[in-house]
Amino acid sequence: MLLRKPNPLDGSDIPSSEITPLAEYQRFLKERKIQDRRSFLTGAAAAGAAVLGADRLGSLLNPEVSVLAAGKLQTVPSPLSTHGEQLTSYQDVTTFNNFYEFGVDKSAPAHNAGGLPTRPWSIRVTGLVQKEKTIDIDTILKMHALEDRTYRHRCVEGWSMVIPWVGYSLSQFIEQCQPLSTAKYVQFYSYFDKKVDKWWAESSIDWPYSEGLRMDEAMNPLTLLTVGLYGDVLPNQNGAPVRIAVPWKYGFKSAKSIVEVHFVSKQPPTTWNDMAPNEYGFYSNVNPNVDHPRWSQKTERRIGLPFYAQRRETLMFNGYGDFVASMYKGMDLRRNF
Amino acid sequence: MKKSTLVLLKTLVWAACLIPAARLAYGAITNQLGADPTRTITFMSGLAALRLLVISLAITPTRQLFPRLSWLIKFRRLLGLFAFFYASLHLFAYVGLYSYFDPHTMVTDILKRRFITVGIAAWLLLVPLAITSTTGWIRRLGGKRWNQLHKLVYISVCLGLLHYWWQVKTGVLSPLGITLIMAALFVARPLLEWRKRRRVTAGAA
Repeated sequence: MLLRKPNPLDGSDIPSSEITPLAEYQRFLKERKIQDRRSFLTGAAAAGAAVLGADRLGSLLNPEVSVLAAGKLQTVPSPLSTHGEQLTSYQDVTTFNNFYEFGVDKSAPAHNAGGLPTRPWSIRVTGLVQKEKTIDIDTILKMHALEDRTYRHRCVEGWSMVIPWVGYSLSQFIEQCQPLSTAKYVQFYSYFDKKVDKWWAESSIDWPYSEGLRMDEAMNPLTLLTVGLYGDVLPNQNGAPVRIAVPWKYGFKSAKSIVEVHFVSKQPPTTWNDMAPNEYGFYSNVNPNVDHPRWSQKTERRIGLPFYAQRRETLMFNGYGDFVASMYKGMDLRRNF
Repeated sequence: MKKSTLVLLKTLVWAACLIPAARLAYGAITNQLGADPTRTITFMSGLAALRLLVISLAITPTRQLFPRLSWLIKFRRLLGLFAFFYASLHLFAYVGLYSYFDPHTMVTDILKRRFITVGIAAWLLLVPLAITSTTGWIRRLGGKRWNQLHKLVYISVCLGLLHYWWQVKTGVLSPLGITLIMAALFVARPLLEWRKRRRVTAGAA
């Protein structure tokens, strides 16, 4: 409330002058790093306050106010945002990333993703659509009012965060793509260039990264076309300039830095499902009852809390069952994991 | 080697072996262990244990290849014990930070998560080696039997590497480097033995 910007976006453009230049952004990040004294040993409360600096204190004490004074994006609140959970700090969300194109170490993308050319950027719309086309990032940014959507984020590895994303429902974007009625699935391709993603050989993934959703999943209002984080544009390591966030699925389903949206009639190949189909299913819905073959999924560790308070029960569909469970009625989720 | 040189070298090796622990301690005090300190502590200690094991196993082939370096043997016990120290720290990090000392969680993990199963097995194999590392025990067991017992370290390091591979996501190649080094050491042993035998035969003829 005290920090909310009064006027929601009414379709007006975001002038490029409003978009933080990379260098300035990196300075901003550095300053924040200095401010960050997140406490592992002495507990979270004092830590949290110091982490975010004075301008972020309000949002920390009252996580429901997710529009931040420092935010560069004009955003509106959303009823689909998750309330009542302490946000994972900006520092943690931006320095603990699985973005293997920039190195398999979780701290690597924050160091290595600087070269990702986020402007100019466009998404190719291909496959079963009325007319294939290319949509520019500036068009994407003004296609719909940008919403604050705080979501729980559960990684298949067993850790979780609470992240204040900015974006709008992917369904709004898909409508602009005009898919044919024969399109049953949508596939996303991430940016890949060996000259930029120099760390690609640290894993044996067949690049580019690709993910996919069933059409009803893609059209579910929770599925977020994401362009921002903490009221600001997406940092490169979080999948700038545009990514997907599917909060009821394991994190790897939410493809980063998307360059192509491809509509198809059959279930498309997806990166992790191709790598190890027995470990990573096409659906990969968060499910505490279906273990990964090598570890349990019953519990998760919330990043940023003191170690003795980190572990918590994992919720079916990551707690979003009310929105999504009906899509899987009659399906055996043990087989279609 | 002069006694003073040996003391100096031992001090340096001690200091080098303590670097990972010092970095963790410094990181914990200054809150620089990253977004997931639990993971950092566990990963760094496990990696230190594996690295030290591999270094300690490199000593014998190095001595065989370069007889002038045979004094390296004086450091093997030290390296092995430090490896055990880090392996124990790694285990303790799991017991305390991941499973909160909960026996039920630990039993389930050991039975169900195979990377933990092999990890525990690798640590258990190191225990008798650490206990019998003293000069007294070498004397008590006799050099030959002691040597046979300490061959267990090879099984332990293999299980340790398997533990590393099973822990990372499929397709992640981070354990590849240390695995290749260890593989080279495995190949080096029989090759060097063969070379030695050929020389001995040649000398006899």
